[in-house]
Amino acid sequence: MTRNRTLTIGASCVIFSIFLALLSLIWTPYDPLEMNSELSLTGPSTAHWLGTDENGRDILSSIIVGSRATLMTGILAVIICMVIGTSVGIATSVAPKWVEMPAIFGIDIVLALPTVLFAIVLAAVYGPSTWTAVFAIGIALSASVAQVTRREVVVVLMADYVMAARASGCGTWRIVTKHILPNIRASLFVQASGACAIAILAESTLSYLGLGTTPPAPSWGRMMASFQQYLLINPIFPLWPGLAIVITVLGFNLLGDGLRESLDPTLRQSEK
Amino acid sequence: MTTILEAVKLSRSFRLPRIGFGKERAMRLALVDVDLQVNQGARLGIVGESGSGKTTLARLLLGLDTPTAGFVKFRNEPLAGQDMHQFRRDVQVVFQDPRSSLNPRMSVETIIGEPLECLNVSGDQTARIEEVLAAVGLPLDLRHRFAHELSGGQRQRVAIARALAPYPKVLIADEPVSALDVLVRDEILSLLAGLTDNLGLTLILISHDLSVIARLCDDVVVMQDGVIVERGKTADVFRFPQHEFTRKLIAAVPRLPSNT
Amino acid sequence: MLLEVRNLTIRFGSTTVVDNVSFDVNAGERLGIIGESGSGKTLTSLAVIGLLPETADVSGSVKFNGKELTNLSDRELSSIRGKHIGMVFQEPLTALNPLMRVGKQIAQPLRNHQGISLKEGMKRAIALCERVGLPDPDRIVRSYPHQLSGGQRQRIGLATALACSPALLIADEPTTALDVTVQKEVLKLMNDLVSQEGSALIFVSHDLPVVSSMTERVAVMQHGKIIELASVGTLFANATDDYSKMLIRTAQLSDDSFTRLTTGSAQ
Repeated sequence: MTRNRTLTIGASCVIFSIFLALLSLIWTPYDPLEMNSELSLTGPSTAHWLGTDENGRDILSSIIVGSRATLMTGILAVIICMVIGTSVGIATSVAPKWVEMPAIFGIDIVLALPTVLFAIVLAAVYGPSTWTAVFAIGIALSASVAQVTRREVVVVLMADYVMAARASGCGTWRIVTKHILPNIRASLFVQASGACAIAILAESTLSYLGLGTTPPAPSWGRMMASFQQYLLINPIFPLWPGLAIVITVLGFNLLGDGLRESLDPTLRQSEK
Repeated sequence: MTTILEAVKLSRSFRLPRIGFGKERAMRLALVDVDLQVNQGARLGIVGESGSGKTTLARLLLGLDTPTAGFVKFRNEPLAGQDMHQFRRDVQVVFQDPRSSLNPRMSVETIIGEPLECLNVSGDQTARIEEVLAAVGLPLDLRHRFAHELSGGQRQRVAIARALAPYPKVLIADEPVSALDVLVRDEILSLLAGLTDNLGLTLILISHDLSVIARLCDDVVVMQDGVIVERGKTADVFRFPQHEFTRKLIAAVPRLPSNT
Repeated sequence: MLLEVRNLTIRFGSTTVVDNVSFDVNAGERLGIIGESGSGKTLTSLAVIGLLPETADVSGSVKFNGKELTNLSDRELSSIRGKHIGMVFQEPLTALNPLMRVGKQIAQPLRNHQGISLKEGMKRAIALCERVGLPDPDRIVRSYPHQLSGGQRQRIGLATALACSPALLIADEPTTALDVTVQKEVLKLMNDLVSQEGSALIFVSHDLPVVSSMTERVAVMQHGKIIELASVGTLFANATDDYSKMLIRTAQLSDDSFTRLTTGSAQ
């Protein structure tokens, strides 16, 4: 077994972010909402490792708690897009032609919609919140998941074992559950990690624009937005949430790449 | 002689992808007006090169594809009105490539058990699986293995076992040995011959390889470009080929030096 | 001595796939390498032309015209490939670049080794297409691989491999993917061309009747080793190894029953 560095680095970053989120449930250095106007915008110090924001709130604590919003949104959005995307992808591949054509058209339309635009519309109707972001991202991403899934399913459907299953009397449902799904499993894992990376980045963008997690709950994207104005005073402030976002997004991307690398050769295992 | 499986004026054409705008979509005529009667207990060979329509014919006879014209009859009844579960119990198939005809994620046991489950075959399933594994000469402990752990010959035996599981009357083998090593081919062909005899099966063997057909089939049908160009007893057709294509085919078989 | 292979061993990690293989090929001579899948025959032929994957661990010697090939860089090997050693592969569709017109691909070795212009290369390509019996060569050189049939593509493969009149042609299962009627034509073509050029031939296949009709000497490979090396006549009359004997017996039985069937002689 060769060491898969991409996988290791990716997994480490992801685990780190998850660790922060879990940590936030039991302990933070300070209450992230606790304001202290005397300590406004201080740099890193022994008391506050990453410094304080304009309201004297501890940045480190905000980062730790912010991970929760980011990961939650990311993971929930991914669950939505994978469930919708995979179902639509499989359904349109096994459906008769007259269903397939309009469905593909529908997928293409959703693909063309920018996630942010979708989120703005949802926010306008339902008000900005974590859930607005979750649904906007989830639905927008489901289209590309559906597209990639379709490609994978088409490959499986061409294999003789699917025809053999039909000759053995298998109905469509059984072919989907016993033959298609197990053989696209690996691709689904890879897609999910990739979608996670995009979802998290999207969440940060949405909360940066004020369309996601609402104050006072800390959110990395919003922290970036509010620290922006202090960029010239001390660039170190936006650095922290930025770094947190980069590590998490990169982590999921590398995890996806690493999974693809390690799962592919196993699938093509040759006989003696 | 009762006819068990029959093709009546069977045709199948495919629409090719559109090239450019406003042009007519071309048709590929895979099968044109084919009439074929297969008698119970017969060993029929269908020989042809790529594009001859032999695989298309096999799929239509198995009810895995619908014809553009004509129909298939099983036991003198058109396929369209029949109970497909019963038909599939009676008519089974072995495919060419043992690598792609077995689901890589399923164990041998699950693969062989699938027709038993889906076609509601009565009786103890585990016992039946053991029975067919023994019939194809595979050790019982192979049932927990997966396709990638088996050799080409073993995989093809599993494919045959799966086909035998629902007690079929007709077995259609589509190029069953083309993807196998030369020495292994011999074993599998012997196995097929033995099983056909012992179980009283009707065998339809499709191959591009004349020596395979010569080995197993009493009757033969030669196909070219979707049409049957010659048919008859294997001995007659090979010895006195009437059609130019059949002669060309026979002359093209690679011979050993002493016999050229 | 055109080609001298001594103690060629190829390993992938801890698995030995070609084990201590040695054989010679003289100028104009034809050698067949026969074996089943996994016997190492393809890897041996790839080693001669220097096209093994990077992960392969090669030891032993491959000398072409006295020059050692195993320690040459890829650039040095490129000057030998196409010019002195040509290769025809099994699957004509994957051996040709699907995005490049066929004429340009045939002209490539000529342009690489003889420095001629594209226009001149295309003229030579048309001439080569005529030589390999392709009708309407003007249309063929402008076509893409997927627009041609398997037999046509394999003729192109032959034309490309022989474009610079190499001293050695290696053919790895060149007709396995072709229909048997097309196979006959392509083999005849190969036979004619190789004779005309006076090239040596290494013909790799699992098909004993095909190999024995194209070559004078045969090496039988199993599990990475050459278990028997003899002239075709000697092999059929006096094979020494059990595996070779099995291969020959199987081929003979099949051939005999085919003879019986086509001549109707008594069973």
